[in-house]
Amino acid sequence: MTYARRAWIVLWKDVVTERRSKETLNALLFFSLLLLFVFQFTLGGDRERLVLALPGLLWLGFVLSGLVGLGRTFLAERENDCWDGLLLAPGDKSAIYLGKVVGNLALMLVVEAVLLTLFALFFNVDIGRAVPALSLVLLLGTVGFAAVGTLFAAMTAHVRARELLFPVLLLPVEVPVLLASVKATEAALAGEPLSAVAHWLKLLAAADVVYLVAGLLTFDALLEG
Amino acid sequence: MSRALGWLAALALGAGLVMGFGVAPREVIQGNVQRIMYLHVPTVLVAYLAFAVVFLASIAYLWRRDLAADRLAHASAEVGVLFTGLTIAAGAIWGKPTWGTWWTWDARLTSVAILFVMYLGYLLLRGMIEDRDRAARYSAVLGIIAALDVPLVHFSVYWWRTLHQPPSLLKPGPATMPQSIVAALVVNIAAFALLYAYFVAKRVTLLRREEEARA
Repeated sequence: MTYARRAWIVLWKDVVTERRSKETLNALLFFSLLLLFVFQFTLGGDRERLVLALPGLLWLGFVLSGLVGLGRTFLAERENDCWDGLLLAPGDKSAIYLGKVVGNLALMLVVEAVLLTLFALFFNVDIGRAVPALSLVLLLGTVGFAAVGTLFAAMTAHVRARELLFPVLLLPVEVPVLLASVKATEAALAGEPLSAVAHWLKLLAAADVVYLVAGLLTFDALLEG
Repeated sequence: MSRALGWLAALALGAGLVMGFGVAPREVIQGNVQRIMYLHVPTVLVAYLAFAVVFLASIAYLWRRDLAADRLAHASAEVGVLFTGLTIAAGAIWGKPTWGTWWTWDARLTSVAILFVMYLGYLLLRGMIEDRDRAARYSAVLGIIAALDVPLVHFSVYWWRTLHQPPSLLKPGPATMPQSIVAALVVNIAAFALLYAYFVAKRVTLLRREEEARA
């Protein structure tokens, strides 16, 4: 079996389980809708203020739903005692990591797209023209989150107080991704060309590569249990 | 060995005090407050050294699976967090009279603060895992990721905002500081590096004995 095929099998298994149970996605979408309410209630009805804070609020929403979603990455394997199944998988174990990262990436992108639409709708912001630029920023930023998030989810799966430890470990590491994403989103929403924030995009791309490579190289050590 | 290191560190710290308070002149603009630099700069440099050691020891552990490397990473992270905390505290005490505020979200303050919480998380993770080998493996992975994150944090926070004065010691071009200040700084850096080595040596021994007592 080729490497790509093994990664694909892990991804496909998760997609099928998710399609049948609809556990994570439904709850996450509902959660992000609630976040929207929370932002509205805590920041008041002043639309101007909300729109000014929009890039930050958007990423706050992505991060919060990401923390909830990514933390569950290895929940099925742990709860159903299938960890040994992962261990017994033939060949390079980093294929499992890759499959999980792609799955998480897809999950987060769906949630982000929905959250973005909801924001545009509820806060009456016209994001139509910013969509192509925003898509690139969202993709680059989310890869960074998913790469480290998946790794740390595997790490905290076997640790006491995992729900607490996962965000505590992930948030400081993601600071560069968060700063760069918010700045680039700000520019995209303001209609500026992406070349104005090229340095942020390069930083995001560099972070993505660093995290993915580090994840692929070290995942084996986490999977041992 | 570690006793000699301890005496050497104590001696160097004494020399550092003499240099910082006796030999180095009173700074013209900032006054005596500037002398905090002799604590602030050495602690931050040594903290970076400590985290670099965590990085290398983590790689060494994953490679050779030698628990000695893990003990080194553990000890070095603890001392690094301590020194980062000292840096932040000393910086705040200096910042209040100089900038008029204990804290500001300036680039370098922020990146050191992020470093602090990142390695605090590292120590938290260690404390939450009972299994010896698992603790070593997981912390090694985190130690590597955290170290790789340092340059990313540095650049992102720097572009985000900067107010801090540029480094006055480690930069190209002719020195702008009087020789005696540079000398006092160098002596203190050496003293804190020795102190770091002493703490790490002690802590590594302690960790080994704890493991032997448990075995």
